[in-house]
Amino acid sequence: MRDRTVPALAIACAALLAAAPLAPQWLVFLLALALAKGMVVLGLVLLMRTGLVSFGQGLYFGLGAYAAALLAHRGGIADAALMIVAGAACAAAVAAVLGLLLARYREIFFAMLSLAFSMILYGALVKSSALGSTDGFNLHAKGFAGIALAAGTERRLFYAVSVVVVFAVAWLLHRYLASHWGRLSAAIRDNELRVEYLGASVYRVVYVNYVAAGALAGTGGAFAALAVGHVDPETAYWTTSGEFVFIAILGGTGNVLAPFLSAALFEGLRTVANQYAPNVWQMTLGLAMLAIIMFLPGGLWTLLRRRGAP
Amino acid sequence: MSNILAVLFDGVVYSSWLFLMAAGLTLIYGVMKILNIAHGSLYALGGYTAATIAGAWLAAGHAAVGSFAMLVVAALLVGLVMGPLLERGLLKWMYGKNEVVLLLVTYAAFLILEDAIKLIWGVESKLLPEPYSLPGNFQIGTLAYPVYNLLLIAVAVIVGTALAWALYRTRQGKLLLAVIHDREVSAAMGINVNRVYLVTFTVGSMLAGLGGALTAPMIAVSPGIGVEVIVLSFAVVVVGGLGSLGGAALGALMVGIVRSLAVRYWPEAELFTIYLVMAMVLIARPKGLFSAPEARRI
Amino acid sequence: MSPILVAQGVQKSFGAVTAASDVNLSFEPGAVAGLIGANGAGKTTFLNMVTGYLRPDSGSIRFDGRELTGHTPREITGFGICRSFQIPQLFHSLSVRENLLVAEGIAAAERVEEATDAVLEHFGLAQYAAQYAGLLPEGIRKLLDVAMALVARPKVLLLDEPTSGVAADEKFGIMDLVMGAVRGQGVTVLFVEHDMDIVSRYAARVVAFYDGRVIADGAPDRVLGDTEVRRYVIGEEAHAAA
Repeated sequence: MRDRTVPALAIACAALLAAAPLAPQWLVFLLALALAKGMVVLGLVLLMRTGLVSFGQGLYFGLGAYAAALLAHRGGIADAALMIVAGAACAAAVAAVLGLLLARYREIFFAMLSLAFSMILYGALVKSSALGSTDGFNLHAKGFAGIALAAGTERRLFYAVSVVVVFAVAWLLHRYLASHWGRLSAAIRDNELRVEYLGASVYRVVYVNYVAAGALAGTGGAFAALAVGHVDPETAYWTTSGEFVFIAILGGTGNVLAPFLSAALFEGLRTVANQYAPNVWQMTLGLAMLAIIMFLPGGLWTLLRRRGAP
Repeated sequence: MSNILAVLFDGVVYSSWLFLMAAGLTLIYGVMKILNIAHGSLYALGGYTAATIAGAWLAAGHAAVGSFAMLVVAALLVGLVMGPLLERGLLKWMYGKNEVVLLLVTYAAFLILEDAIKLIWGVESKLLPEPYSLPGNFQIGTLAYPVYNLLLIAVAVIVGTALAWALYRTRQGKLLLAVIHDREVSAAMGINVNRVYLVTFTVGSMLAGLGGALTAPMIAVSPGIGVEVIVLSFAVVVVGGLGSLGGAALGALMVGIVRSLAVRYWPEAELFTIYLVMAMVLIARPKGLFSAPEARRI
Repeated sequence: MSPILVAQGVQKSFGAVTAASDVNLSFEPGAVAGLIGANGAGKTTFLNMVTGYLRPDSGSIRFDGRELTGHTPREITGFGICRSFQIPQLFHSLSVRENLLVAEGIAAAERVEEATDAVLEHFGLAQYAAQYAGLLPEGIRKLLDVAMALVARPKVLLLDEPTSGVAADEKFGIMDLVMGAVRGQGVTVLFVEHDMDIVSRYAARVVAFYDGRVIADGAPDRVLGDTEVRRYVIGEEAHAAA
């Protein structure tokens, strides 16, 4: 079975880039958000490959968003490129510390501990009037990598940048998953004991994967903040983390493209639902999740890949 | 001095409420190995049902004292209806799947129920102040305290004692303990594990419903009240050790008092301290305060 | 030649159960020894203590002069001791080939793909290469489990019931493949076995356990003919001949 992922990535990247100047504003916004969230879910895919489900990626998503926003708001730096780097770096730094603890846990404990840490951030943000409390605050990026931007084009440019970054990262992750480390991650999911007995450190692999996932979520958070122009504590709330898990399950973890397809589907459906039936959106999500778990446990991606590999 | 007393009392009141929620959750996990996120919805359902039937009771002109009984009735209703509905209608089909998958199943159920509540009761808040104000206040030092809070503590103690007695002294309870210990062996011994699951989940749902029903008179019952409860209950259960009733009580006390101190002396950190306690307990005792031993694998 | 693996005064109890009682054993490089004993006699516990899964209550276990107790299984594998498992420990959602690729990758093999193909070839697993490890018949699972233990070219190989659960006609096949893979390399092989035919065919030395103690240790003929061993391990009653 030839792996057509890389050509597919290239084609999708090109198509989305073409949309940057051409597509209507609402579509650019939707795609930008889908890409940002897809990035977070890429991290989840990596973790799930290792056998872990994090219910707390909202922590890094929120950290990335607020770090990017604060750089502009307080730091006086309105350069989007720096804001993105700040978001990624901040999230990676926290993940590097928390990962030391969390890499010792599995299954339910890992899920709930990761949730708890995201709620700690949420609590801190909500109680912080300096950061706008539950309202959060707006952010404006006025330039990118030193280039000042004409008003009205920023969103399209950030979108284009996110396309490039996201697909580059997706390609890297694809290579990582196909490498020894990716196989080792899957092996850990299947049988940690044997991995240790073969001579490899499970803790080290889990730690690295966790930090990577955190960095990915932070970058996604920064991109999301730029796309929306606003940050608030909701980014760190556990239901946001739940959304990421939902998108991961919806798409499946079989391929790096899956998170983006399901994120786009998710954002599209959410927009429609908010318009016409806001009071049944959660119910729809719940039913969809049950349907996937019961009938299509590998996610929608398995529909595309008939002769499925795990 | 009376300040500290008030803070501690507040803490114990909050702990009582936490315990009611945590007890049901830890019981369900202990027996069925399911971390039930839908617990939050059951709590909300308890609140809404209480507001509705107690409200109807009072509106019909019946004695105000009866409204307390109505709160309990609401809890029983929630348990007896939702328990079997969720367990037989949904969970039964999922047994054997991985723990985290089951977590996601209950998360899905939670999402569905949240909107179901909105569809049934609408989005405006429901108020039920009477049971709260009826018993009046009592004095702690210079502060006036609602007697209702004492009732809350009393209910928690009664429920805790009753559960402990039922688990450790009755035959049915011992069957439950056997299943908690080892499901397969219990089934091999002839214990009707399916029935044990049904009973456990129903009792757990009743406890969640009770938590919600008793809270209804203290708050504005509105969509989303179940959301925050879930994470708090989990923190308590995890601190106490999954599946341990005593752990749930101890965990509830620890979290409740710490939170109360935070609210009094460092309000910004309220949410922070609760999860900090959880993180610290887990660092010291990775499986919580009281946890079951594990057998050798190779 | 000095012994490569030495256990001295090893003691281990689980509450009221004594799994190891003053165990003293010493193995030369290249020795092939069968460990026999009834269930619960302490054979697997011994393997678990050598590989670091369990810690002895007292006593020492030395490998090439280095004290093993207190080290983790991962570290001990790094020293050069590998083991296979009574219940095959595989990566069930990966293919047979991928299972071996993981093992080779961890052992930092020079050419992971070639090395894997060589192993598949030697163990006759090539036809199963693409199958998921979780779906294999038991004999093949056992074979894969043992093959993975050999990947790191250990100096000491511990096999925990390598032929249990395997069809009668395949048992010798597995042992032939394993012994063939280590031939001429001076690898010390200890294998726990219940099948006395396997033991007498492949072991140059037999150690018999009972109730946590070593009750016999020496050439196969002598040990398998020993009265205590016949009663407590092989299960013959002393009066049966009468």
